[in-house]
Parts: sequence; C-alpha cells; structure tokens
Amino acid sequence: MDVLFKSAHIIDPTLGIDAVMDIRIEKGIISAIGERLGGNGRRIDLRGALVFPGFMDMHVHAREPGFEHKETIATCVAAAMAGGFTAILTMPNTEPPVDDAAVVRFISQQGKQASGGIVDVYPAAAVTEGREGTALAPLAELHDAGALAFTDDGNPVASAEILRRALEYVKMFDGLIIQHCEDETLSRGGVMHEGKISTQLGLPGIPNIAEEACLVRDLRIVEFVHGRYHAQHLSSGGSVDILREAKRRGLAVTAEVTPHHLALTDESILTFDTNAKVNPPLRSRDDMIALREGLRDGFIDVIATDHAPHTFDEKEVEFIAAPFGMVGLETAVGVVITEVVNSGYLPLQKLPEVFSVNPRKILGLPIVKIANGEKANLTIVDPTLSWKVEPSLLRSKSKNTPFANRILIGKPIGIYNNGRMFLTQEVH
Amino acid sequence: MTVSERSQPFSMLKHHGASALTSPHLLGLNGIPRADIEKIFDTATSFKEVLERPIKRVPSLQGITVVNLFFESSTRTRTSFELAEKRLSADVVNFSASVSSLSKGETLKDTARNIEAMKVDMVVVRHPAAGAPHFLARVLHAHVINAGDGAHEHPTQALLDMFTLKEKFGSLENLHVGIVGDIAHSRVALSNIYGLTLMGAKVSVCGPPTMIPREIESLGVDVYYHVDELIPRVQALNVLRIQLERDAGARIPSLREYRTYFGITRDRLERASQPITILHPGPINRDVELSAEIADSEHSLILDQVLNGVAIRMAVLYLLSVSHKGAV
Repeated sequence: MDVLFKSAHIIDPTLGIDAVMDIRIEKGIISAIGERLGGNGRRIDLRGALVFPGFMDMHVHAREPGFEHKETIATCVAAAMAGGFTAILTMPNTEPPVDDAAVVRFISQQGKQASGGIVDVYPAAAVTEGREGTALAPLAELHDAGALAFTDDGNPVASAEILRRALEYVKMFDGLIIQHCEDETLSRGGVMHEGKISTQLGLPGIPNIAEEACLVRDLRIVEFVHGRYHAQHLSSGGSVDILREAKRRGLAVTAEVTPHHLALTDESILTFDTNAKVNPPLRSRDDMIALREGLRDGFIDVIATDHAPHTFDEKEVEFIAAPFGMVGLETAVGVVITEVVNSGYLPLQKLPEVFSVNPRKILGLPIVKIANGEKANLTIVDPTLSWKVEPSLLRSKSKNTPFANRILIGKPIGIYNNGRMFLTQEVH
Repeated sequence: MTVSERSQPFSMLKHHGASALTSPHLLGLNGIPRADIEKIFDTATSFKEVLERPIKRVPSLQGITVVNLFFESSTRTRTSFELAEKRLSADVVNFSASVSSLSKGETLKDTARNIEAMKVDMVVVRHPAAGAPHFLARVLHAHVINAGDGAHEHPTQALLDMFTLKEKFGSLENLHVGIVGDIAHSRVALSNIYGLTLMGAKVSVCGPPTMIPREIESLGVDVYYHVDELIPRVQALNVLRIQLERDAGARIPSLREYRTYFGITRDRLERASQPITILHPGPINRDVELSAEIADSEHSLILDQVLNGVAIRMAVLYLLSVSHKGAV
C-alpha cells in the first residue's frame, strides 16, 4: 500500500533523526522524508505521533504447533500488530518442539500467511533434542532452515557440559544460544519470589539465586568457549550486577528484561492473582528498581515480553495449580512508557534501541532504518494517549494479563511493514 | 458470573446476608480488625457455657446448611467443625475430596460451584493450596471459612490457641509466646503470628535455620535457633508437629536430630524460672517434638485447646451468619 504519513515524529537513533516530518512510502519503500510532501498514496495524518524503526519482540510463545487453544501464529501476529511489533522471535516449546527443520519451516510459513505477512515471524529452535537437555538438536540444519537462535525456553539447558558444547558448536555459523536462567534444584516447587511476601502467604518461593547461580555458571562457560550468549527475562537485581561484570570483561553477552519485571513486584501476588504468576517470578521492589537501572545504564540490552498465553480456565484455579505466564505483546509499549519512561528511567528516545535496534543486532538481522530508499518498517506510537486495558478487547486468543483494567499512558497505534499497514481505531 | 466479574483480578461476589464481623468470610487473621477477634472471643465464652449444659444445643444456625469441604484428610479439625455446626443446629454435609485442580478431574472451581448450586449457606474448606479459600470466596455466594490452606493460614486454630492462652493468663497483651517447629511450612504458626501480634503479644519463632522462612522478622517476630535460649524468656510455647515424610533429608537430617535439639522435654522446661504453658495443635508425635510426659502434664493445655476449638468454631459460624442487626 502506498502511504503518505503526515506529521510523523521520527525517532531513529541509528541515523540520529529526531524530528517531525512527512514520510512517503511507495511500493513498500520509503521514497521521501521531508516537510510538506505530496504524493498519491493514502494520506494519514499522524499529528505528531512517534514513528520508530519497527519494534521486534524476541521472546514470544506463539504456541503453534500443539497448543492452538491458547494461541495460534495468526492470533499471535494480530496481537503483535496491536502491540506495535513488526517482527517476533517465537519460542520452541511447542508440540512437537522446534527441534526439526520441518517445524521451523512450518512456523515461518504460518507467519507469512498471517495477516498478509505484515509481521516477520522468526522461529527460535531448541538447543537440545526434544528440549530434554541431554543431546544437541541438529543445530546447523535448524539454522539453515531459518532458525535465528537456539533456546530450550521454558527450561534452562541445565547441563554445563551440554551448554558448553552448544556454545562451541554454533560458532560454526556465529550462532547464538539464548538461555532461560534457572537452577531447577533451587527453584523446585516454588511458585513466586522467595521473600517477605511468600513468607506472608505461606507459598513456596523461587529464590534470586535460582537465576543468579545459573547465570554465573553459564557466563564462566561462555568466557571459556568464547561463545555468544543472551540471557532471557532477568528478574533479579543480582543478575544485573553479574551481567555488568561480564560486559566489563568483554564477554559476548546480552540480556533482556520483560515489561512486567520492570513494572510489577511480588506484591501483585497478595491477592493470589494467577495472572501475576510467572517464571521467573515478579520479585521485590529492590529487584525491580535494579532492573530499571540496568536498562537505563545499558547493561540490559533489550525489552522482550515473554508473551505466554494461557486460557481462562487454565488460570482460573488455585494459585499453586496455575500455569506460569502472562500475555504481553499488546501491553508492552504502554507499560514501558507508563512505568519506565514516565518514571524517568528511560527517555522516549531510547525506546527504539531496546525495542528495535538491539534485538535485530543480537539476532543478526539487518538494522531497520527510516531513510530514503529503505524498506518501510515502522512502529507508530502515541506516547500520551491514555487507555484502559480491556481483556475482552485483546487480539490475543488468551487474555491472561495482570494489567487488566489498568489505565496506561502511551499506546502503539499502528505499524507498517512488508508493504502492508495496520492502524488502530485511534488513528482513523 | 458476568464476564467482567470473571476477569476481575480478585473481587468478591455479593454475598447473601451480611455478617456481624467485618467480612462475610473468615479467610485468615492477616489484616483482621482487632475488634473482630474480641467479638469472637466474647461469643466463644458464651458458647462454652452451652457446652457445659446437659443439652448442648442452641438453634442459632437452624435452617442453615454448612458444607465441610475437606481436600486434605483431617479428623480432628473436621470433627471439631462438625460438632460446632451440629451444636448450633445447622444442617451439615461432609464432602471429602482427594483431588484438586492439579490432578485430572474436576477443578476446585467446578467442585465448589456444584456444591453451591445446591444452595448451601456456608462452606468450611481445607485445601493444600494457599489461597484456595480466597479463590472460593470469589466464585461462591456462600460464606467461606478457611480450615487450613496449604502453609498459609488456619485462622480458627490460632483463634482457639489465643483464646486458650487468654483464659489462662487473663490477657494476651505483652504475653511472650514461643512457636517451635517447622515455621516455614506451618499455617498454624503464621495465623498465630498474625493474631498474637495484633492482640499485643510478643512472638518468637524457633526452629532449625532451614525451617525459618525468609524475612519472617518483617512480621514482627524474632528468631531463635536454640530452644534452650527461648524457654527462659517465654510464658507459653506452641509446639508444632514435625512431619518426617516431607522434611527429613533435605531440611533436617532426621527426627532424632530434631528431637535432640528442639524436642520439648521436662529437662528443657526445668531450665525456665517459671512454669511454661504448652500448646500443641495436634496430633502429637509423642517423643519427637514433645515428650509424652509433658504432653500429659499439668503444663499442657492441649485438651483445653480441643474444647475451646469447638466453642471458637461455634462463635465464628454464628457471627458470620448473622446480620449486624441481629448481632450478639
């Protein structure tokens, strides 16, 4: 679709642009950026809304194949669009798991067909056969089939030996191992952060060290092997310290944090709200502040949602029985602006780094730029729009969000990618 | 339930009939107003008198149906509740289930909704999952009484423990009570901590470090790893049952080790300058956490606890079922 965006406040850190301009897009390519542009395309007046290089969520559970009652790639893509994402990295804990090239290709294909292919769907593949942690999956073949990285998420690669071999093996193609950091002997039986609140509620806890001990061990291996490693969903302040030290030593290590770990603490569990039950858990206020600081200071590179759909009935049980996880694609930008930007930890201008540039850099994708001649790949956000999170209006198949009925400031209002455009009702 | 009610993070349905307590339910002692506890104690004192009569029955709950929904086996608590319900002339139904939403089968929600569809007024629930009674309070119209939810709370137990101590000492204010055992897994401990600190008592917990939950001091208690240090300081000890099946090997090496370092024996008690009152929620592992001799001695108020348990439960059932206008 040919489009003429009027009054777009473009923020592109790679090119150093922070200005209100018009953008003309023809045949999916940016043909002009300037003031008072003309053109034949559809005119959309953005009225100063922010336009960023397209956001990518590098931690999404699309649930297909195998768990289509929770989400399908099609509904996941719809949620991604509404959340302002033009690309996602899907996690391999599907059924069958993504330990076979055929499954990789299936996911890519489903992605291309969802909503006309407006969202780029990239699969991550498993590190080990069946995600069982004992034998390497066919990593090179998976890479050739299109897997961008490897992870056994929702479980860690527990064996130090297997992790070592995986990190070594993928050096063949400069591959990336992504780790869900959890020492399962320390976390076993736990359902929330181990601390004051778990003591108050008599619930078994998952201590900070379950994440930190695993991270420390892993980074020693990464250093020894000269491998490339990305730590998922950091939840503990101590992990930020460990990461800071690793980066100072020059390790090829990156890390992500979720919007919910930046916005919520274990106090959310006081009402036994199962939508706040997540792994790694929501931790203390000190942990949350340390994560915000880690993001602000650049030790955490990426915000990724760990979008984890579960059906209403699966979550409508007693706390200890509920599955872990919450959806996050559609609330990510709003939560981050409300809780992280508006509290002073991250300026708006830095959003494209943590949402767009860094995820693509880490995964070896071309960096998206907003310039003449570039393929148009845009995320449009109204940073002052106040809106209420209505679970029934979420486009994800599942509605398990702890932000239900919250008012958020800042909303994605559209995306443009692969020659297609999606706008929310606020724009029309 | 409307769609918006279903998607509320946690909200209570409108319940038929107000109660003479602040809440239509008794889910725990955390956050309960002091006045509610005092009301329960006063009412229990009256009902204790009923239990001394030849005909131990009052019509207070006539026409009210109470379901005892027990997902964990429990003879004594269930019997105590059943007795209390019958003394109040309620219609009693017992429902034992060994399933929770964790196993394949009916979920907790469906079990409860099915029971409520039969128009019961009150549900007394014991469940291995913390928060299960809170969950039921959200999905049922009936009054919910927590008879023990996992390691979280057991409010009627703590109420009867405190009532027993109050009877003995006259007041709970500034009474120093020690709780000994696996504090981290004990709903009796937690409810007692909440209740006793609210009533102005001083509470210390004692056990091996592996059994003391993290940041327990934030609840206003202090911690002892040596029961011999604690004993000279307290007027009463609430001795918890140690469960071998769960704990030996990982948190304590053996019951023998526990008995040696934490078992309450006459020798240990003699180190105090004053006689120490002993409470135990039962059932006792004789000669593990408590020596047989002490359990049967003049120190022990364990049988008073049992009698007071029925009176306290009668009080709670009664107060939840009456409106403010009809309050005692």
